[in-house]
Amino acid sequence: MLLLGPSGAGKSTLLAALAGVLGGEEEGETQGGLTLDGAAPEAARGRAGLVLQDPDAQAVLARVGDDVAFGPENLGVPRAEIWPRVREALDAVGLDVPLDRPTAQLSGGQRQRLALAGVLAMRPGLLLLDEPTANLDPAGVEEVRDAVGRALERSRATLVVVEHRVSTWLALVDRVVVLGAEGGLLADGRPAEVFAAERGVLEAAGVWLPDAPSGVSDAGPARADAEPLLSAVGLAIGRDARSVVRAGLDGAVSAGASTVIAGANGIGKTTLALTLGGLLPPVGGRVEASAALAAGLGAEPHRWRSRQLLTRIGTVFQEPEHSFVARTVRDEIAVALHALRLPPAEIATRCAELLDRLRLDRLARANPYTLSGGEKRRLSVAAVLAARPPVLVLDEPTFGQDRITWIELVRLLRGLVDAGAALVSVSHDADFVRALGDRVLRLDESGLHESARAAA
Amino acid sequence: MRLVSRTNPVTRLAAAIVVTSPLLLTLDWLSSSVILVVELGLLLAAGARPGWMLRSTWPLLVAAPLGGLGMLLYGEPSGREYASFWLAHITDGSLALALAVMLRALAIGVPSILMFRGVDATELADGLAQRVRLPARFVLGTLAAERLVGLFLQDWRQMALARRARGLGDTARIRRLLGMAFALLVLAIRRGTKLATAMEARGFGAPGPRSWARPSVFGRPDLMLLLLALAVAVAGIAVDAGFGTLHWVWA
Repeated sequence: MLLLGPSGAGKSTLLAALAGVLGGEEEGETQGGLTLDGAAPEAARGRAGLVLQDPDAQAVLARVGDDVAFGPENLGVPRAEIWPRVREALDAVGLDVPLDRPTAQLSGGQRQRLALAGVLAMRPGLLLLDEPTANLDPAGVEEVRDAVGRALERSRATLVVVEHRVSTWLALVDRVVVLGAEGGLLADGRPAEVFAAERGVLEAAGVWLPDAPSGVSDAGPARADAEPLLSAVGLAIGRDARSVVRAGLDGAVSAGASTVIAGANGIGKTTLALTLGGLLPPVGGRVEASAALAAGLGAEPHRWRSRQLLTRIGTVFQEPEHSFVARTVRDEIAVALHALRLPPAEIATRCAELLDRLRLDRLARANPYTLSGGEKRRLSVAAVLAARPPVLVLDEPTFGQDRITWIELVRLLRGLVDAGAALVSVSHDADFVRALGDRVLRLDESGLHESARAAA
Repeated sequence: MRLVSRTNPVTRLAAAIVVTSPLLLTLDWLSSSVILVVELGLLLAAGARPGWMLRSTWPLLVAAPLGGLGMLLYGEPSGREYASFWLAHITDGSLALALAVMLRALAIGVPSILMFRGVDATELADGLAQRVRLPARFVLGTLAAERLVGLFLQDWRQMALARRARGLGDTARIRRLLGMAFALLVLAIRRGTKLATAMEARGFGAPGPRSWARPSVFGRPDLMLLLLALAVAVAGIAVDAGFGTLHWVWA
């Protein structure tokens, strides 16, 4: 069964209730009843297994085998029976690694399959998945989906999955339930029937229907005469000199064009973005800013002062919360402007303009931490745009966003490029590459390669 | 160190407590030097390489003489005075005290560090819960939380880079660090809550008894290690008593 609905409709809350982890009286109110095999879910631990969105949050123990064994241990399964169960669950999700492999060394897709194995080892009758593939690259999404399919075939368990990207799960679900924003049930039926009858509601709720066009035009080829603003020359990247992630990278970023850096999870895309953004020093080689971009400073962005960087290269982080520093949305946008010591009147104008443009005006006084995922993303973009940098670096800007936020972001970014900005985004979102990959650079073990757009 | 590596981490903890308690309860240089010498001999006999021992314990090797120096200059003066300078007096008494403090720090620190090198946190938790019978909820919660420390480090790095990206990297260092500390606290609470939910979803805290996938066993090596530890401790005190230098902390 696929569970859909707008954000705030209570999809995750319902899954938590089914899993019996809703929390006590002090954390909220509950009305009505819910039973699992005729008992309260809290008393039937292990009958329902829940896999969450964040692969980081779910590995409990340090080693793969121990982590899968954690569930059965809690249920009091005898030791002799635990290890066969562990092997069976790992086999079901196709995770073929030694039992003593540290969980921290797994890729995102592998970690989600580990979480799934940890749940399967409890032999639940009800498998609950809360956007289990939102943070994964396309290969990881397939891994997890196939693992769920195999596991269901073996165990004949019931599946309830929450997911914006419907097409991922269509092959595995035979029922779709849509929750309404105001509570209550909007639709319940076979997938094809529900999608046909509730198309408008679902699209308004940010759901990606299998055949819905995004309404955003595809990227065109970059202008051949575009001037490179930022170039990597024999660049080696890494957190520090001792841990080089990739070396020998060459590539350039041009004004008035959108460049997408693609590549698998964990290949070093984020490190590359932070290095291009002048935040991490190159471990080897150089990042060179053109004279136009440097505007009187040296050619190496990582040597610029923080305030000098602000008006030249803006970086939007993957996790918006890492960059929040102010108490209100408006102050968050003004941070850069105060750092530039702009006159108050100018600050007020720019803030008002950005709040309006990114539909944050209603939230100007809200605390950034209290915003929804899509709002946080828009705010982190607005805060960077305030200083009007000609180069914009974005790390996974569409990560875990619903369709509405996605379309909004893509349109906004396209508008910036049309106005002359140089855009560099790290992304493994195929739709994003199609819409904004004027140029596509693919990062893999052998380096950074210009890639044909069609192949992306 | 083969013998030690085959012991239960809980045994190592117990052995360390047994060896070091006479050192915590006495205050003279003889017992600690006897215990230190016997310890080093046993470690070498067990196959620990001197180079490895030096590399593993060097911070202690620096800190212990410094602690001794403090005692040498400012320890309670008694007996013959060799030199004095303002508040500092080097006397028979302060000399003996300095030696005792330095040897004591080494005799407590060196074997503790070496025995706990390579202790696996999961194994220690298994032992504490199954053998010492500490509450599973407490032990496993701590074990799982320890895994978050690496994530916090990543968070901290990202936040530092983000501050530079936002034009805040040049000035007000203290205020910036305080702000980051607060933001990290918010993230930490959130991560902790998520982890707790994930654990509960896996049946943590379920009614009924819990089973343990990994047995935590005590064997012959454990018994030997404990007996050795006891012997070393008794030897230290006995030598003291024999030479009449026994000096309890409360005496």
